[in-house]
Amino acid sequence: MFHRESGYYKTTYAADMELFPLPITKAAIVVICVLFFGLFPALMTDYYISVINLCAIAVVGALGLNILVGYTGQISVGHAAFMSVGAYTAANLATRWDLPFWITLPAGGFMAMGVGLIVGLPSLRVKGLYLAIATLAAQFIIEWVINHTPAISGGVQASIEVPRPSLAGWDMDTQTEMYYFLMFFTALAIIGTLNLARSRIGRAFIAIRDQDIAAEIIGINVYRYKLLAFGLSSFYAGVAGVMYTYYLGIANYEMFQLPISIDYLAMIIIGGLGSVLGTIFGAVFITLLPVVVRVFMETVGVYFVEGVYLAQVIAQMRLILFGGLIILFLVVEPEGLNKLWQNIRNYFRVWPFSH
Amino acid sequence: MKHVRSGLLAASVVAAATLQAATAQADEIVVGMQCDRTGPTQTVGTFLCPGYHDYVKLINSKGGIDGHTIKVLEIDHEYKVPPGMEAYQRFKAEGAVIVAIYGTPHTQALTPLLHSDKIPGTSPGFGSAAAANGTKYPYLFPIAATYWSQGAAAVQFAKDQLGGELKGKKIAYLYYDNPAGREPLPILQKLAEMEGFQLKEFAVPPPGVEMKVQVQDIARRFRADFVINHTFGKAPSVSINEMTRNGFKLSKMVGLVWAAGESNIMGAGGWDKAQGFNVMQFAGAGSDYPVLDEIKALYKSEGKDAPKEMDSTVYYNRGLLAAALHLKAIENAVRAKGGSSDITGEDVKNGFEKIRDFTLDGILPPMAITKEDHEGGGWVRIFRVEGQGFKPVTEWMHGYRDVVVEMVKSH
Repeated sequence: MFHRESGYYKTTYAADMELFPLPITKAAIVVICVLFFGLFPALMTDYYISVINLCAIAVVGALGLNILVGYTGQISVGHAAFMSVGAYTAANLATRWDLPFWITLPAGGFMAMGVGLIVGLPSLRVKGLYLAIATLAAQFIIEWVINHTPAISGGVQASIEVPRPSLAGWDMDTQTEMYYFLMFFTALAIIGTLNLARSRIGRAFIAIRDQDIAAEIIGINVYRYKLLAFGLSSFYAGVAGVMYTYYLGIANYEMFQLPISIDYLAMIIIGGLGSVLGTIFGAVFITLLPVVVRVFMETVGVYFVEGVYLAQVIAQMRLILFGGLIILFLVVEPEGLNKLWQNIRNYFRVWPFSH
Repeated sequence: MKHVRSGLLAASVVAAATLQAATAQADEIVVGMQCDRTGPTQTVGTFLCPGYHDYVKLINSKGGIDGHTIKVLEIDHEYKVPPGMEAYQRFKAEGAVIVAIYGTPHTQALTPLLHSDKIPGTSPGFGSAAAANGTKYPYLFPIAATYWSQGAAAVQFAKDQLGGELKGKKIAYLYYDNPAGREPLPILQKLAEMEGFQLKEFAVPPPGVEMKVQVQDIARRFRADFVINHTFGKAPSVSINEMTRNGFKLSKMVGLVWAAGESNIMGAGGWDKAQGFNVMQFAGAGSDYPVLDEIKALYKSEGKDAPKEMDSTVYYNRGLLAAALHLKAIENAVRAKGGSSDITGEDVKNGFEKIRDFTLDGILPPMAITKEDHEGGGWVRIFRVEGQGFKPVTEWMHGYRDVVVEMVKSH
């Protein structure tokens, strides 16, 4: 994921399939694990931990969407609705039957998967923009059903309060404890997607994306794999929805509306379609950019605008900078942050020479 | 590869800016405030938030609270939950003793955190009606009439307008078809049973710009005696026009608090098109209040015009209400600590629960916030569109308080 040296010297299929092809990759993974599971939570304040938590949830959701859009070439603008399916499933299970998170989390994922498989059915017949509209319908239908079925949406104002996740009597209620909880599933999701991409299924997805007729000719059951992509993508979305629900302690339909679906699409497009690292970059970028832009504006803005108007200017400038930066990044590198990162790496690999 | 280098440079500049994010100074009291100036409810936030800032500015210009200045951290969250969560953590990290929440999903998502962090949060006009229960939600303060209180007050108003008797009368409930729109239903149904009036519900599906069928039904088939209008966004304007088109008297309709702004009247085509329309307010509407004159005078003394946001009096005054109650609670907390600025969220919570008869000459209702009742009594005031503005029709009032209280308790 992070390193690739020049030249391929593989002599066996096993070597070609390896998840971490180089020793330095393994070292890098160890360093990352130490950083994320040891140093960061120990050194950072609650605020930074909470920001990472939000990023971690976004990463899982975005990975799911990237399986569908980036790897399989189908499009979905109803991703947030699948998150809400997972969220409400888990919330109902957790409050009605007091089930622990290690049951509700996969249950939320599988429920979303089931709904995703149904929503994916039109993908067997329609492509591109038409499919986008079909999934848009799913976003509204799911939202409507949740909203109008008291059995699902439960309590007041269609929101259900969920107890904190607990494991063997240990309640995870501080930011740092939630960090471990979320990070564990995010790590699982990342490893899962990396593995998926190099497996038979992943290659079938990529074949369908690149040319579905050719994929069918070489013996891939296009319909089955398209549906599978929808199912897997929704499973990830459902899990992200459950993580979000546990993190906030509440399931609420307003957290999963259309703009959130669009945000997730933005994440994978900016990060890089069909790339795990790119997905992580994109999710972190979209989650953090408003924060960074705001802090930047707060620091710089005071020299230009005064008093009461500052807040208004910051809010508007944040939107303008946000949009501007997205355009800038896409113009500089249309293939996303992942490609940008590779460019930087390639530049420093031969530095100080230019080739 | 030049762009790589410049990109890195830009990134490092941003990172440096992040690192030196200002932290609060010792003698300041920090208040966190969420706002939506850029999202779907920006028509409210753009006016509400300046109201908040202006009141704080006014108090600071008078020397603050017992000499301590108030610093407001505003974060715009676009009505999205993740930025709202980030905003809350930022407030907490900067030592905020109180948080003004903006948005219903945010209120609900923050409720458990407020409780565990012991920081009071206020949600005037947002969140669920059950949050008025201070025993169950000790750190959540609606500090304004909830949808249940609004529904009850609307029925009370209808009763007064229809001659003090509701038996056999027909009341139509026109609402935006989302959970917030449906929330007053239980109380309305209960009152229909109690008072013996016929209640019929008319749902308007989002985005609420199409309600011909519903309004025709109300005006011609159901022939309602009174209409309670609980819609949001563009829908109130549409409902005003449709009602007029169907020959229904606007004076027989009352809009709940989110169908009550100047923007709703303007959307319907201006004051002339909405004559007689009743609106419910939890902060006084109009600009005829001494505190607003003080703010104008403050701007004048700085050689500036009064902010144009003041023209949208309904939302501006609601922002002012939130600020006034926050600062009053902080003042109570500071006084309880003998004038020290070293107060905690818990102190401010206790400060809230001491607020009595603080009305700033009528712009705020005569609230009494207690340990049990964080709504402060569920006060509203009905205004009517007359001439080129809102004129008060009633005094500060509430309806069927015992029924509402019973419902909040049993929830």
